[in-house]
Order: sequence, then C-alpha cells, then structure tokens
Amino acid sequence: MGIDVSQFVQAFLEESFEGLDLMESELLDDEILDSSCNGERINTIFRAAHSIKGSAGTFGFGFVGEFTHGVETLLDRIRSGQRPLTEDARALLLEAVDRIRDMLIAARDKSPLDNEAIERTRKAIDAMLESEPGDAPAAAARESREKSAAPAESRWRIRFSPHRSLFATGNDPLRILGFLRDLGTLAIECDDSALPKLAELEPESCYLRWTLELEGPATEAQVREAFEWVEDQCDLEITRIDAPAADTSRDSEAAADASSLEGAADEPASTDAARAGRADQDRRRAADRRNDAGSIRVAVEKIDQLVNLVGELVISQAMLETIARTDFEDFDAVHLERLRQGLAQLERNTRELQEAVLGVRMIPINFVFSRLPRLVRDLASTLGKEVNLVLEGEDTELDKGVIEKLADPLTHMVRNAIDHGIEKPDARVRAGKPRAGTLKIRAAHQGGNIVIEVSDDGAGLNRERILAKAAERGLNVPENPSDREVWQLICTPGFSTAEKITDISGRGVGMDVVRQNIEAIKGRLEIDSTPGHGTRMTIRLPLTLAILDGMSVRVGDEIFIVPLTAILESLQPKADQVYTISGRGRVLNLRGDYVPLVSLSDVFHLPSSREQIEDGICVVVESAEDRAALFVDELIAQHQVVIKSLETNYRRVPGISGATILGDGRVALILDVDMLTQMH
Amino acid sequence: MAKILAVDDSASLRQMVSFTLKEAGHEVVEAADGVEALELARSAPADLVISDVNMPRMDGISLVRELRGLPEYKFTPILLLTTETSDAKKQEGKAAGATGWLVKPFDPEALLTTIKRVLG
Repeated sequence: MGIDVSQFVQAFLEESFEGLDLMESELLDDEILDSSCNGERINTIFRAAHSIKGSAGTFGFGFVGEFTHGVETLLDRIRSGQRPLTEDARALLLEAVDRIRDMLIAARDKSPLDNEAIERTRKAIDAMLESEPGDAPAAAARESREKSAAPAESRWRIRFSPHRSLFATGNDPLRILGFLRDLGTLAIECDDSALPKLAELEPESCYLRWTLELEGPATEAQVREAFEWVEDQCDLEITRIDAPAADTSRDSEAAADASSLEGAADEPASTDAARAGRADQDRRRAADRRNDAGSIRVAVEKIDQLVNLVGELVISQAMLETIARTDFEDFDAVHLERLRQGLAQLERNTRELQEAVLGVRMIPINFVFSRLPRLVRDLASTLGKEVNLVLEGEDTELDKGVIEKLADPLTHMVRNAIDHGIEKPDARVRAGKPRAGTLKIRAAHQGGNIVIEVSDDGAGLNRERILAKAAERGLNVPENPSDREVWQLICTPGFSTAEKITDISGRGVGMDVVRQNIEAIKGRLEIDSTPGHGTRMTIRLPLTLAILDGMSVRVGDEIFIVPLTAILESLQPKADQVYTISGRGRVLNLRGDYVPLVSLSDVFHLPSSREQIEDGICVVVESAEDRAALFVDELIAQHQVVIKSLETNYRRVPGISGATILGDGRVALILDVDMLTQMH
Repeated sequence: MAKILAVDDSASLRQMVSFTLKEAGHEVVEAADGVEALELARSAPADLVISDVNMPRMDGISLVRELRGLPEYKFTPILLLTTETSDAKKQEGKAAGATGWLVKPFDPEALLTTIKRVLG
C-alpha cells in the first residue's frame, strides 16, 4: 500500500518550528546555566530536539535528522550530568537551532541553503562532543537500512529455545514462526519434553522448544530479524546447512555501509546552489515566523467560555419564545415586563458572546516579545555593548492581526535603541552610568488603548544633529520647533542620523517605515527623549479593530458616533462660557481651562437645528495630543458599533475614521477625534 | 481488524501513524503522552499499543511498566518507537515489558510490516 507522507509534512514543519522556538526561549533563560535547577528545562529542550530528529527522516528530511543527532547527543550528555551546560555550549546550541531552522525553511521553500555554515556548526558540535573523555565518538549516525540483494537459495537450521518468561513481554513464538514462514519453506519440529505435569504447569510460562529448517532466499540477518525482539529471552542457534559456513552476515554489513555512503552523498540538499547571505537567511527566518497567519491557537478556556455563552443564549431564546406563545388577549403588563427582562438578558448574552468571539483573535503579546531576548543578546554582542532587557506585561492580549504586524516595527525600534541609543560600556562609565544599559519594553492597557513602550537609558536624541540633518536633507522644519516636533523629524522619509550606516540598523528601513507600519494598524508613535538619559518610544494601538464603544450624537439630520474612550465629559454650555479668541476661533471655558470649540455642523457643512449655544451640547473629547469640545445638537445613546471601513466602501474623509450601520439600518459616520482636535 | 493505541507527543508523527493504520483498516486511538495513554488504555482495551519513548509527563518506558501491571495488558503487544542509537533504551524497554520496537525514521510500509509481526 502506498501512503504519501507529504500530507503530514506541513504538520511536521509547524511542529518543528514550534519546537525550535521552545528550544531557543529555554536556552535564552539564564536559569538554564544553573545546574541545580535546570533539569526540567534541559529535558524540554532535549525532547524538542529528539522529536525533530525522530520525525525528520520519516517525513523525508533525513539530513535534518542527521544534523540534529549531534545536537541531541550533546543535550543528552548535559541532561544525564556527563557535562555541564557552559556558556559556550549554550551559544553553540543556539547556533544549531538556527541551522536546523534554516534547513527546514530551505527544504520547505526549495530555497538555497548555506551549507558551509551548517558544516561549520556540525563540526563545532562534533568537536565539543569529542572533547570529552571516553564515550562513543560523535560522528553522526548514518542510517543503515539493509538493502542487500536477496541471496541465492539457502537452508538454515534454527534452534529456538525461549525462556519461560517469553510471554511476559507480549511476544508469542507462534508469531515468530509465522514471520519465518514468510521467508521460505519452513519445517517445524516442536520439542515438548520440558512440559511439566498439568498440576505443575504455569499457564503464563513457555515450556516448548523448536528446531526449524528454513529453505528459501533468506540472509542470516533476515532470519535473525525474526528473533530481534526476543534475543534476550531465548537461546538461539542459527546455522547454514546448505553450504560450507559462508559468512553472509559480513557481506550484508559491507553492503549496508555502501548504501549509507550513498545516502551521505546526497544529504546536504542543493549543495552548489547560490549562497545566500546571512541577512537573507535572517529575513527568511523572520518571514517564516509570520507564515503561520492561516491558523490560530486558542486556549481551551476561551472555547469553553464560548460554549457556555451559546448555552445561555439558547436559554434566553427559549424564555422569549415562551412569552411569545402567550395569546394576544392574555398579554398584560406582567408579560411585557418579562419580555423586557428577556430582551435585556439577550442583549447581555449577545454582548458577552461578541466579546468572547473577539477574544478568540486575541493572543498575548508575548508572541512578539519572546523573540526579543535573542535579538537583544545577538545585537549587544555584535556591537560590543552590554544590555539588560526588561520585559513587562507579556500577557497583554492583542488582536492576532495587529500582533503580527507589530513584530517588524518593534524589532526595528529595539535595533535602533541598542545601535544608536545605548552607549558602549566605557562611554557609559564615563557618563557616570552603569556599564550595562537597560532596555525596557512594556505593554499595558491604557483606557481603550494598548500602549507599548520601548525605553532605553542611553544617550538620548541629539536635537542639534537632527536639525542639522533635516536642513541638509531639505526637510520641512517648523519655526522654533518644540522637542517633540524635532523628534518626529526622525520619522520623516529619507532621514537617517547614524554617522555610518551600520550592519544593524542601516538596512534601508528607517523610522519612517516604522511609523507607516504602526499607522497601518491604526496606531500612533510618540517619541520622548532626554539628552543623556535616554529615549522612550511609545506605540499606542486601539484595543480591537472591529468593534467600538461609541456615543451617538445628532447634528442636523445626521448621526455621528464619538468613540467612548475619547469622551471626557458632556455638558450643556452657557453663553458666558464661550469666548472667541483671535486666531484660535471659539473656545469653551471649562472650569478655567480653555478648550477649542469645534462645531460639527461647521466642519461637515450641515445645517444645525440649534440657533443658540445654550441649546446644544458640548462633548469634551481628548486625543493623545490635545483636547476639544465638539458642539452637537443632541446626545442620543451609547452603543457598541461594528466598524466598517469608509475607505474601502467610499473614500477617505478628513475627520471621519469609519462608518457603521445603526439598528434602524441607517449609516452613521464615526468621528476621528485625533483629527478633529488638531483642526484647531 | 485490530484496535490500536498510538502514543506520541509529536502530532505529525501521530497523524502519520494513525492515518497509515486506519488506511490498513485498523481502529486507532491517539494519545499525546503516557498519562493520557494510560487513561485511554484503562477505559478501552487495545489490541496493540505503539508508543514513543521520550514524552512529557510520562515517558514510553514508564507507560509500558504501568500497562504490564494491568491484567488486561499482561500479554498485549506493546511496541516502542525508538531512534537507531538508543540501544540502551531498547533494553530498558524490554526490561519494562515492551514486546518490540520500531526504529525511527520509518515509513508507512515499515510500520505496517512491523505490526503484522505482532498482530499475527
């Protein structure tokens, strides 16, 4: 029967990449070097390597299995306490993880592979294994499946005397005889002389012995294979009786060696293909990690919660149905009250279900954070810097789509912080700072936003240099720019202040791309910096991209939605609260604070039904930068709205971030509070 | 046709084993580690157990030992999936009561040939 194993390759690859990620993260934990408590971690790493090695050959990746063998052997020795896990061994294991990943990616994408790098790592592992006293050499075990040509007719005499315990391992002489019978003609003679009297017979013991004669094209190895599993549970004698004792087993060994050599020759896949640079491999490795966009892992609790909520929904529905069956004449105030209760319950169920369904798309930001320790470690050692990485809020959940798009900008910000921000140890000491810089990456909920901060205690941004560079590049610089405006300049396309383009940050991707990437996921990038004390970059992202808590407001005949998270308060203004200031338009005096007054009817050119300022309502909103009081005709209600893209369905409109469909079927526009607050 | 319990922490390998055995007409129950396997083995006796050695929670060798302690599994064939280098593991497995082993890597055909040896 032919079974195509390629259908399992995808699963094998996914599983292997996961295993490699796990190995990497365990290896990066400094606790792993502490031999008193690293047992379980090393076991975990070993199991991951072992799994890859064990499955690789089965799914047609023999060369991966072979490479991993050395890694596994090394891990096994560490696991069994034969050698400690030194810093060197850790570095080598991390390197090996990269090599295995490269091999799998190359095999998957049929792309070229840096065979020299693989060979180097393999040799380094072999060298490390051989540097130990005693024990077997580290040469990778070659697959030596025997495929020698069938020999000519031969006759074998086999004396098979099982030990009494044979049955205890689930073995059965009958099956062994059956196996032999498949090899040729078998003459069977049973010796039952050891059989005791019935009263003394132990039914679970084997008392019989056999003398067998096999005639057919079988090698000694094939005959021995029949007894492979019971070798230690029987006395066995195999003699060739048709010819002078020719040592066939020696021949077959030689044949096996030959075949394994052949195997070795074609192992390193696509040997002479173009040699990709390291950067290229890195990029593909990163790309690989993003390739799994098609599926999502969801915690079982989340699924259980969904099931529970659906259960409650069914109960509410049954309750409403009972009320609906009431005859019209019998319908009274009590029924009405129950109907209202039922609907309220239904609303709660729907909302909870909605939240839970959206929650399925939420994954912890650790998905991105977990790659940073490795990045920081590699970068710091390349640049000769010392960096302590502090991660906070790894459990903060974000939409899967957002998290995937966050990986690149975040990686770049970390690169920047280490390359340009944190100084070399000597320079730090001269500046009176600790040798090792601290890079802190923090994720947290803040109102309706997720905030991700990347802060370092490095040299900070240099205002003069940025301004000089901006002038040199002919960029638009406002007059007397504030610090914040200066920092924003580094996000302008074509800007780069690095004195020389380094291998790390100078890859043609600047902060402008970072900002674009963040804006593409509806986020905002803020930069704060104090010379000598460090730089903090903050990414603000909306919690979810699909649903919004909003307040509906009316202006003329139109309904607008104001995002609830932006609203500070709503009030009915008095005429003496409103002033007109030249150059700034109208402002609202809010307990001594002057807030720009933005009339939505003016902004969107709508007729307002309110003549007097006292007749309308001011909704005070806050964006990251500023505040404003939106003047509307009326507040209507608070609800959750599903955001539909206006750009996809119509076109971009200033002041509007999207649209939604109301319960009565009307379209309402969602206000872009950031833009409205900046209009003044 | 036989009822087979396939135990492996690697989902891809488990899928492959399971698919191959099902194609050959067997009924297959899957478990991801020894603990899960033992539970399944207790609730629904199998005619053959095929298990990986290295697994989290309970490894294959301990699983064999536990299974042999159950009256229904006294003589049930139990095969371990090992790698070619683990001779010591083979012996350890035998000592625990394993019937035999299947050396990784293996292809579906080798799997079917091997189980024929224990299903008679």
